[in-house]
Amino acid sequence: MMGLEHFMNEAISPWLKEEGPDSDIVMSSRIRLARNLDGVSFPLIANEKQLEEILYFVEKEFNQRSYASYSDFEFLRLSELKQIQKQALVEKHLISPHLIERSDNAAVLISKNEQVSIMVNEEDHIRAQLYFPGFQLERALKESFQIDDWLEEKLDFAFDEKFGYLTTCPTNVGTGMRASVMMHLPALAITSRLNRMVPAINQIGLVVRGLYGEGSEARGNIFQISNQVTLGRSEEDIIEDLNGIVQKLIEQEREVRQNLVQETPIELENKIYRSLGTLKYSRIIESKEAAQCLSDVRLGIDLGFIHNIPRSILNELVVLTQPAFLQQYAKKRLSASERDIFRASLIRERLTLEEKEE
Amino acid sequence: MECQECHQNPATIHFTQVINGDKNEIHVCEKCAVEKGYIHHKEEPYSLHHLLSGLFHFDTDLMQQSQQNKKATLTCNNCGMTYRQFAKIGKFGCSQCYLTFNEHLNPLLRRVHGGNTMHEGKIPKRQGTSIYQRKQLRDMREKLRNLIEEEAFEKAAEVRDQIKELERTIGQSEEGEHDGS
Ligand SMILES: [Zn+2]
Ligand SMILES: [Zn+2]
Repeated sequence: MMGLEHFMNEAISPWLKEEGPDSDIVMSSRIRLARNLDGVSFPLIANEKQLEEILYFVEKEFNQRSYASYSDFEFLRLSELKQIQKQALVEKHLISPHLIERSDNAAVLISKNEQVSIMVNEEDHIRAQLYFPGFQLERALKESFQIDDWLEEKLDFAFDEKFGYLTTCPTNVGTGMRASVMMHLPALAITSRLNRMVPAINQIGLVVRGLYGEGSEARGNIFQISNQVTLGRSEEDIIEDLNGIVQKLIEQEREVRQNLVQETPIELENKIYRSLGTLKYSRIIESKEAAQCLSDVRLGIDLGFIHNIPRSILNELVVLTQPAFLQQYAKKRLSASERDIFRASLIRERLTLEEKEE
Repeated sequence: MECQECHQNPATIHFTQVINGDKNEIHVCEKCAVEKGYIHHKEEPYSLHHLLSGLFHFDTDLMQQSQQNKKATLTCNNCGMTYRQFAKIGKFGCSQCYLTFNEHLNPLLRRVHGGNTMHEGKIPKRQGTSIYQRKQLRDMREKLRNLIEEEAFEKAAEVRDQIKELERTIGQSEEGEHDGS
């Protein structure tokens, strides 16, 4: 048994270290499927005994099993995890914040490579999600269907010919699928072009939201594009719409980046190197500033200004500099001001380490 | 773009809300989105509470009081949830609730899912064989219509044979089900 340690030692999931298609702009692609057991009360109103039976059954049938390239699923009960460990799983996007609220009777099954995580007794009995690096929604969909078939071998999913897969919330009924793509869009964000594109994106049933904002904003220019409609459109059709929009956003982002390079090269270079300087020499840095600087440096790498820092280090630092992971890494609780100091020293350390290796 | 509620934070959540046919573009920050009930968790950028309460009250004007009461007390005999409870929290209690509240769900589903009320897409393999076959049959009949329109009669004849074959299989398995019960 590898246990929890395996998921806690590294801030960044193994799959996120690989480069996928269009990795300069698309960080990851995700498919999430919501499923429920037929005739069993949904987690919202189910009693302790029913919830426990589901956990018991899923653990018995799926713990330590492997499916295709997804090996050694680990079954973790949230009641057996410390708060800070749960928070770290949220920051790695392996579980949702809502699962933590349901800790008494909830669990998660995670594949060894952390590409697949299956939450049990979240809002729905089963929420399976699958990640791929870069822009590969079609592949993610294909493999999530296989995972779904694998689960279905043991579980009787609630399904109706008219309504499709039956979910706790009517916003998920039908396919039960939420497909999303995480994108780094600094140029579109700076020039406010993204905001102008949003209404058109909404028009076809897709949503744009900022990511990693503790309060409200898009931290580090990272945005999530996902589908809102789950009923009446097939998974393939939904993915096709999403693919079209993501493709358009990639093109526009590249175009605006090139404009910036041509029109204001020295200002752009200045901004990128100032941010790199801040990350390399700060002794105190808040998560918001860190996210903005990481975004600038990432852009600097994409545009070829910076050569000696791998892009994956930025993926890692985005997760690592979140509060819970920081404390996990420090191996103790930190106050907010202690976190800002520890964050600065951690970033300094990682950046100089990587640079020396060149 | 700034948040239209607090006018302080940048708007990070953007969507179009449709209530009683009126479209409304919403641009808010995450904090305001939670406060206004547009989102519950990070996953759900939707104001279901608004949609549901709107739906429930909207109906009051149109329906007789007695019918309204009858609808409100409609109860799922599997989990015990009433329609009134469902309309209040916006979540179902179990899979049976869908069938219990079936005839009242279409307006809500249309609002949430861009006018749609019928599932398209994946079907569970194990319990879905006959559903899958019926869907296949519908698809093939449509294909047949298209082929005839295109006057591709040879291909149409092939498809017609396939349809007959499938109809036979479905007929047999349904008879089988009856024999078993
Ligand atoms: Zn606001
Ligand atoms: Zn029910």
